[in-house]
Amino acid sequence: MAIIETKNLTYIYPGVANPSIKDVSIKVERGEFVLITGPSGCGKTTLCRCFNGLIPHFYQGELKGEITVVGMDPTKYHTHEMAKRVGMVFQNPENQLFALTIEKDVAFGLENLGVPREEIRKRVDWALMQTGIYDLRERSPHEVSGGQQQRVAIAAVLAMKPEIIVLDEPTSFLDPLSAEKIFEVIHELNKKLGITVVLVEHRLDLTARYADHIIIMDEGRVRFDGSPREILSTEETRLIGVGIPKATLLYQLLKKEGIKLGNSTPLSSEELAALLLEVLKSA
Amino acid sequence: MSVFDGLKFRKVSSPIHNLDPRIKFIYVCAVFVAAILFGEILPLAALFLMQIPFVLIADVPKEWLHSLRGAAFLATFIFLINIATSFFTSNYVLTTAAVENAAALTLRFIVLVEAFSVFFLTTSPDHLGLALEESRVPYEFAFAFTTAVRFVPVLAEEAHTIMDAQKARGLELEKGSFMKRIRNYIPILIPLIVSAIRRSLELAEAMESRAWGATKKRTNLYSLNLHKGDFILLAITVTVLAVAIYVRLYVPMPTLTQLIRM
Amino acid sequence: MIEVEKVHFIYPNGIEALNGVSLTIRDGDFVAIMGQNGAGKTTLIKHFNGLLKPTKGVVRVNGVETTKTSVAALARNVGFVFQNPDHQLFSETVEEEIAFALKNFGFDTEVIEKRISWALNLLGLEQYRKTSPFLLSGGERKRVALASVLAWDPQTLVLDEPTIGQDYQQKEKLRQFIVQMQAQGKTVVIVTHDVEFVAECNPRVVLMKDGKIVADGEGRAILTDPEVLAQSSVVLPQITQVFMRLTPLGLPRNVLDVYEAKEILLKHWRRSERK
Repeated sequence: MAIIETKNLTYIYPGVANPSIKDVSIKVERGEFVLITGPSGCGKTTLCRCFNGLIPHFYQGELKGEITVVGMDPTKYHTHEMAKRVGMVFQNPENQLFALTIEKDVAFGLENLGVPREEIRKRVDWALMQTGIYDLRERSPHEVSGGQQQRVAIAAVLAMKPEIIVLDEPTSFLDPLSAEKIFEVIHELNKKLGITVVLVEHRLDLTARYADHIIIMDEGRVRFDGSPREILSTEETRLIGVGIPKATLLYQLLKKEGIKLGNSTPLSSEELAALLLEVLKSA
Repeated sequence: MSVFDGLKFRKVSSPIHNLDPRIKFIYVCAVFVAAILFGEILPLAALFLMQIPFVLIADVPKEWLHSLRGAAFLATFIFLINIATSFFTSNYVLTTAAVENAAALTLRFIVLVEAFSVFFLTTSPDHLGLALEESRVPYEFAFAFTTAVRFVPVLAEEAHTIMDAQKARGLELEKGSFMKRIRNYIPILIPLIVSAIRRSLELAEAMESRAWGATKKRTNLYSLNLHKGDFILLAITVTVLAVAIYVRLYVPMPTLTQLIRM
Repeated sequence: MIEVEKVHFIYPNGIEALNGVSLTIRDGDFVAIMGQNGAGKTTLIKHFNGLLKPTKGVVRVNGVETTKTSVAALARNVGFVFQNPDHQLFSETVEEEIAFALKNFGFDTEVIEKRISWALNLLGLEQYRKTSPFLLSGGERKRVALASVLAWDPQTLVLDEPTIGQDYQQKEKLRQFIVQMQAQGKTVVIVTHDVEFVAECNPRVVLMKDGKIVADGEGRAILTDPEVLAQSSVVLPQITQVFMRLTPLGLPRNVLDVYEAKEILLKHWRRSERK
């Protein structure tokens, strides 16, 4: 059974005329790494807010259609019930850390749930280790870099042992190297711990290689849904303003000129280089 | 932004910093009561000197002097007012006793400032927040307190950036009449308020997503446990209070003037 | 022209953000300043309009030392667009937002009217003239902020992280806009982490590290030099990464652009097929 499933999900924010997402029907399997992308304002953030019930509980508004997340209907449960199963990481690291030390921040969710102290300590240390910030645990959040702050935010949801982690453009305020580190951390959580990851991101050049499944949205609707290599092999994705990785674009351009490069679309420069070396050497 | 630098919380460790903030607070209150009990210079001077070891052990002499200097203006004011009142109420003669009395009252004020500044200089906000959480204060208040401490430096930095952004568009804050100068701040205040509101919404969203309000029986990663130092401080506190009350009741306290005459 | 001569800058908290920086930006230049967070990029550009004054050394804008004049006077020549538009938008309408700086600089009412229309038109914002900037989307707010600076037509435009949070189309529009500014002889300085964006624009690149300039020169030379980039923790552009791995084929390494890459590879392919 799919871990996230929506059927004709449509949502209108209060006081707004047009729906922000329209007839969205998607399925996410357990253990997948899903990338949701699309131009600014396409509804990707809105969709994510439905996964843990922020929509409709926090945002109000009008939600139609069906949604099931880890076998529950988020509209019928409190957000804190969903929070145990679905962790959310937001764009701005600064605005999701509230405590005066990093470990206290990571403990915040568990404290709210009333987990016993010894168990909190264990889980906090574990989450800090997983995200590689154990040594920073006693520092204050404003003393560390943006990339480290974002890892604190990830550790904070990880400590709650969720089945799904949803990250909404977690690296848009970070430099490329810190961003890459974040993606590696997420990738590891997905591969090693089997946590389902939903990543909203428009920098496909940095992320496409990690994804098992890509959903591309535009104007509130799902436009493409499938495996990254399939979807990024078509030129249409560029037409709706999705910046595909440069290596993939080069592959498309060469293929159009008639160079036989095989049917497995490369998603990173390493993959493209390997492909080119093979084809051009044998030619 | 030097004003806000003091608020940027950093974890410091010293035997005094590590004391339980609740005990420290009780101690400060005891000093407060003792200072109120006496109007004579000698016991007040003793109370004043008693704080100095704390300052030295906590290694905050610079900050401590700074806060005393801050109180200097008000202290001078208290001194002069007292002198003036006794001068005008006693037929325009200034007795040594009156001067000593004024000095004692000023010293009392200084002792109070001193005691509280030692408390705040040696208690980190997270410790204080924890003390609030562990006391019977509702968690929401403790949370509001620590969040405020966390965000003051962030907002201060933001205010600075906004000022730069508007200056870069030709805004001159110090130009024009008084009213105009006040109006000059509108382009800074509006973005600051809008962004604070946006920030608080995002914070609320993040809190919701981390199970805010899931249970009434919230637990805590840290616990405040009393250590040896805390018991020592508690003993000191009790002694100070007992001695102060005993002396007040049974020992006649000479003034400095009387002592010199003897 | 902006001349920076052996500038040191120390913040009040004692952090030395610039440590002997010298740089000359001539009229009509297009410069991308890159480097890690904390390398001193933002500190450097804040010297261009006098928001910061050097602790040691000299900064001159059109021959005038920044210490001898006001930010407002310098801003007439050096327009500065901050990273986050929400740090400057405060007016009730887009039109008033754009008028703000023009009024500060003492333009006549008629001139202000004309300039507003011109700036709105240039950035495709005419339909929002009477709209509150707070009701616009993030990308639109960014454009309003840009328009509000562009309106007084400064010779130099400094953009701090203009591509952050922007999608592919918005970046493409920004690139075209910069090309347009260049055609008019304007000076454009951007501070950015976005190596792919810089690779597409191919400007002069100034690379910073620990308050110093470690490389300054033609974009192609710097962006395709892995050693130099690694020093300042900048990653190679993706296309360059591909070509670094293709050296066994005898292909050049200094390739930045996708279309250029396509031509080179096609030529190579055709040559080897003929054999």
